[in-house]
Amino acid sequence: MGAQAPVAIAPSPEVLERLHGILAQVADPEIPVLSVIDLGIVRHLSIRPDGRLEVGLSPTYSGCPANTVIKADVLRALQAAGFDAVAVDVLAPPWSSDWLSEEGRRKLAAYGIAPPGAPAACPRCGSKRTSRTSEFGSTPCKALYRCDACLEPFDYFKCI
Amino acid sequence: MTPHGRYVLRLADTNLVLAQRLGEWVGHAPALEEDLGLANVSLDLLGQARLLLAHAGQLEGRGRDEDALAFLREESEFYNLTLVEQPNGNFGDTIVRQFLFDAWQLGTYEALRGSTDATLAAVAAKGRGEAAYHLRYSGGWLVRLGDGTSESHARVAESLARLWPLTRELFDDDDVDRAAAEAGIGVLPSTLEPAFAARVDRTLGEATLARPAVAWFNWYGKQGRHSEHLGYLLAEMQSLHRAHPGATW
Repeated sequence: MGAQAPVAIAPSPEVLERLHGILAQVADPEIPVLSVIDLGIVRHLSIRPDGRLEVGLSPTYSGCPANTVIKADVLRALQAAGFDAVAVDVLAPPWSSDWLSEEGRRKLAAYGIAPPGAPAACPRCGSKRTSRTSEFGSTPCKALYRCDACLEPFDYFKCI
Repeated sequence: MTPHGRYVLRLADTNLVLAQRLGEWVGHAPALEEDLGLANVSLDLLGQARLLLAHAGQLEGRGRDEDALAFLREESEFYNLTLVEQPNGNFGDTIVRQFLFDAWQLGTYEALRGSTDATLAAVAAKGRGEAAYHLRYSGGWLVRLGDGTSESHARVAESLARLWPLTRELFDDDDVDRAAAEAGIGVLPSTLEPAFAARVDRTLGEATLARPAVAWFNWYGKQGRHSEHLGYLLAEMQSLHRAHPGATW
């Protein structure tokens, strides 16, 4: 084969910190309390040989319509901050709900959505006496639950 | 198209056609939860189909993208399994079709995680968790309907008797399968049958249903020879794109 492909390099620590600050402000369009950093979908940040910033993003659920919007929002935020950015899809290894950050899990619970993990705890009264009423909810990432203690229905972030 | 491309296209078409069928339930399911459930399964399958279609187009190398492949092929150029093009029927028919498909897809994705085709391996690794989730949903409903009232039992027993023969095609090896398996790209369908049978028997037992003995098939969707139902599905799915080529949202 021909010459080796030039290798992308990591941004400096200062730039990386700035990028994290910008991306921590890019919200999931369906669950606006979560940023793309909280979701754990930003897989890499690197400077390409052509000088452009490359952002590796993983889709959450295969068919989630938010994936397209998230990618556009990430690029818009980076461009607004002066970065010439491109986004690439990173499929492997696949994203898992285990990648949600600790802060993300706290934000979810405060927002009224039980974070993934068994058993689902009621985000209102904290009881673990809960039952699933439907495997699917209003978005691909959620299932429907009911609290058997306070009797309130609630959303649960699916484990996958 | 090479056997490699054809193998990927079969998986893509199977997902795409079933996603379209499930989409027909939107606004018509027996309860809001099932409306959402079937639509969510449809979305997952469609997301996987888009990745696979785009990949098949790249393997073909003739410049066809996912839209060209989905909307501008004729019926005989679709290579989906005959099972998934069967009409929705009643809710029980849909659940039986979904259960048989999910059990097949879970085994297929488990095997394809080790594919030498990196894209296929990545889609399979991602899709495996989704397929397992779908199977829990369809299997759960099959148990409730089978082990439910005499009416619901009789209806799903009838659905099973009608759809079961089509599962023969799921485990039939042909030249494309053999070439893909030899290259380490695909999995030989016949090798997946024992695990499928075990999975299906477990749930059917819980549902107080018996596995039908006879299995034969008249159609061979994965080779482009379809039942009479696919043409109507494609007419609806493709009409907008064909009427307004290149239109965007």
